Amino acid sequence: MRLGLVIDLDTCVGCHACATACKEWNTSAITAPLTDYDPYGKEPSGVWFNRIRHYEIGEYPNNKTINFPMSCMHCENAECVTVCPTGASYKRPEDGIVLVDQDKCMGCNYCSWACPYGARELDRESGTMKKCTLCVDRIYDEALPAEERQPACVLACPAHARLFGDLDDPESTTSRAVRERGGYALMPELNYSPTNHYLPPRTRPSISTSDLPRGSLARKVKEWVNRVVER
Amino acid sequence: MNPSLAVIFLTLFSGAGFGLMATVAVVNDFAIDGGLSPLRTAILVALALLLVTMGMVSSTAHLANPKNAWRAFTRWRTSWLAREGVFAVLFYPVAIAYLGWVFFTNTDRDGVALALGNAAALIGLITIFCQGMIYACLRTIRQWHTPLVPANFYALGLALGMTVLATSRVLARGHDLVLVSTASALLVAAAVMKAIYYFWIGAPSGTTLQTATGFTRGRVRLLDQGHTFGTFLTHEFSNSISPVRARYFKIGVYLLGFLAPIAILLLATRTPIGLTVLLAPVLAFIGIGLERYLFFVEAQHVVNLYHGRMPGPLPQMHPALRAHAADALSAGKPGRLVPSYEKR
Repeated sequence: MRLGLVIDLDTCVGCHACATACKEWNTSAITAPLTDYDPYGKEPSGVWFNRIRHYEIGEYPNNKTINFPMSCMHCENAECVTVCPTGASYKRPEDGIVLVDQDKCMGCNYCSWACPYGARELDRESGTMKKCTLCVDRIYDEALPAEERQPACVLACPAHARLFGDLDDPESTTSRAVRERGGYALMPELNYSPTNHYLPPRTRPSISTSDLPRGSLARKVKEWVNRVVER
Repeated sequence: MNPSLAVIFLTLFSGAGFGLMATVAVVNDFAIDGGLSPLRTAILVALALLLVTMGMVSSTAHLANPKNAWRAFTRWRTSWLAREGVFAVLFYPVAIAYLGWVFFTNTDRDGVALALGNAAALIGLITIFCQGMIYACLRTIRQWHTPLVPANFYALGLALGMTVLATSRVLARGHDLVLVSTASALLVAAAVMKAIYYFWIGAPSGTTLQTATGFTRGRVRLLDQGHTFGTFLTHEFSNSISPVRARYFKIGVYLLGFLAPIAILLLATRTPIGLTVLLAPVLAFIGIGLERYLFFVEAQHVVNLYHGRMPGPLPQMHPALRAHAADALSAGKPGRLVPSYEKR
């Protein structure tokens, strides 16, 4: 089993709900707390497992805004685990989730240097490295209804831009989405083989404006007056 | 990368200590220039142990949770950092045994002394290799992912060790050409190796914001980095240095780290300059400390791409192309990242 996320860049609206839901759940979950530094001050900062950045792709007028959520990719070839000297970082063989044992971590930052995706953040308060757990304490919790056994970010997404599933199972929703939509992994040239995949924006025909009804003479005069007269 | 003093001192002082141990062993092995006296050997091995200890102690300042530091020896099968720890700790009993043997038997020429000295030197050299590989194995940092990194660590550690050794000989005998010329040769070799490194890291990297986001067919530009103030990622990875400043620093590295020690040592072989010769190792440490600062601050982690920062300047490019590249990569201005809601 290889559990991971598939993120749909076509529908992501960049609302940061996944990041806040993640923060809310994980600040009292297994690697809790996610410490904040100066949260109400001038320089707010803190530990987050999920960060959303916003990019512009292409040149005007053929440009597009892409909202880009990033969390741990739970790589097949997780160098962060290989370089860890204490054995605090590990990859679970049964489902591929990469975790940090908070009781073993000595806070040397070396794993964060090895991660190309910026998925690991040091908690200055506890002195340990923290990262996305794929909500390992939700997805196996049998006290929760079956449909809620998903990571907090996936449940929170209002645009259904996040899918959670087993990427080893070719018939899972995630694998199907990757196959049908041309899902891809980030920085393939580094050979980390990330489990998480991204679905590119769909190409849609542009909406034609040539068949719109032409304005009446009165409307044209009104538009012209609007342009000339300052209010 | 964040040029933290703890890591700069770790690599600088422990590298010099292991280098000193290795040069002491070699000088005694072949009785170069008559070898060292047992007392002098003991003093120099004690100095090597002191340097290594300074490095190791300062490295713990880098740990956010040092109470778990003892666990750092457990994953030596995969982690170069664990291997470095294992060999650094292994160095102590052997070097202390050598020191004790030389001090109490008052001989550094018998079989036991030579065996212990060479064993300590070998463990030290292996530790320098592990130290270099800690950085060289990271594919995320182009400036470090090169075999030149462990090679530089060797050259610089041995040059520093030999400079200390030659200085001690000059202090003892007034003048000595053999060890001084060996130290000069090692310093020149280290300087040339470092120059190769400085040219090499100018090569552009294959990873760009395009491959990092998967939009490889068009231009990708950062609109907003999603946080109003810095994060762990900006704190740890966003340090950089402007190319002009880096050039001045490199001149400083070459003047202080290589040229000045050679000049002082050579001067000491001609005219008695007394304790002034101590400036040679002091300046070498300052210059090579500066080199270590540059080693960290010039290293650019790929995660900076996501913050709209391009990998550093490309000194190998033709100036005309470089100006164009600077235009296209205008987001790649050096300096710390600015808050995203800065006035436009």
